[in-house]
Amino acid sequence: MPSVAIPPFERFYEQHRSEVLRLLRRQLGAQRAEDAFQETFLRALQAYRRLEHGEHLRAWVLTIARNVAIDTRRRTRPGDELVETAAEDGTSAYAELAHLTDGLPAKERAAVVLRYGYDLSYDQIAIALGSSPGAARQAASTGVRRLRRRTLS
Amino acid sequence: MTLSPDVDRRFREAAVTLGLVDVGFDIVESPVGELFVAVSDRGLAAISYDTVPDEQLERLGRIAGPCVLRSPRTVDVARRELDEYFEGKRRAFDLTLDLRALPPFTVTVLHELARVPYGETTTYGALASRVGRPRAARAVGTVMNRNRIPIVLPCHRVVGAGGDLVGYGGGLERKTALLTLEGAL
Repeated sequence: MPSVAIPPFERFYEQHRSEVLRLLRRQLGAQRAEDAFQETFLRALQAYRRLEHGEHLRAWVLTIARNVAIDTRRRTRPGDELVETAAEDGTSAYAELAHLTDGLPAKERAAVVLRYGYDLSYDQIAIALGSSPGAARQAASTGVRRLRRRTLS
Repeated sequence: MTLSPDVDRRFREAAVTLGLVDVGFDIVESPVGELFVAVSDRGLAAISYDTVPDEQLERLGRIAGPCVLRSPRTVDVARRELDEYFEGKRRAFDLTLDLRALPPFTVTVLHELARVPYGETTTYGALASRVGRPRAARAVGTVMNRNRIPIVLPCHRVVGAGGDLVGYGGGLERKTALLTLEGAL
């Protein structure tokens, strides 16, 4: 199956910047959202050359934004954990997995959803989570083990 | 949700400063209309009269890398030289060109084209002869037609054997304007 071509970054940026800004304003307020916005797209740009295909870029960039928001909150108010981790994302892969992965810790949940819902590489997931590919793989596998235990019990 | 121009500008500048951009582009004003100008890490990669250049962005993304971003600063040098050219203060460009991904014949023809002096014209046939392919006038015409860096690579200085302007990717009106500016008409 031919994979979706990766659009020039300008098009990707134009397409998603409003939604990213909306998400960040909701989570951080207008002022902190501005720095987080820049951070989100710089992280995306840094990883962009390593993308393997152009699918699910919206889910990917929204995950980056959510994690930038988490980092921002940690920096500005230590101990304040992000509660809202679910994506406002109507696509079915996410919706199904979002339901199944309810209650997992934020990073594990994001790793599981991006890996198994969106078929992203650990490189891409690592950028979204702000961690290493190894840590992303670890988060996904811990998440899956946790789900398995929960399903069995 | 509107993004403030300031936030947008700060992101674009940070991207360039951090060296994350493969190709930067911007729109440059000129007497022959707005120009799309793109610069890669290797040099000037494109000039186009089409300022909604989706195809250009796709092509640049394929050959130079997908991090194609509008960023005024990356085209500053090219913009200055183009301004000087249109003000009649510059007769030759000192810009490095990014000609990657072009066939060898095209590159040879473009190098020869670059030597056609300001204010003069040549013919498709003469250019073909100069690259050692005297019968390839038509092929030379095709190279001119597909020239990705018009103005700087002066395909407007190439005319038909009888002196007709023949054609121009940006329209004959622009070809006439450029040759008039240079005093060739």
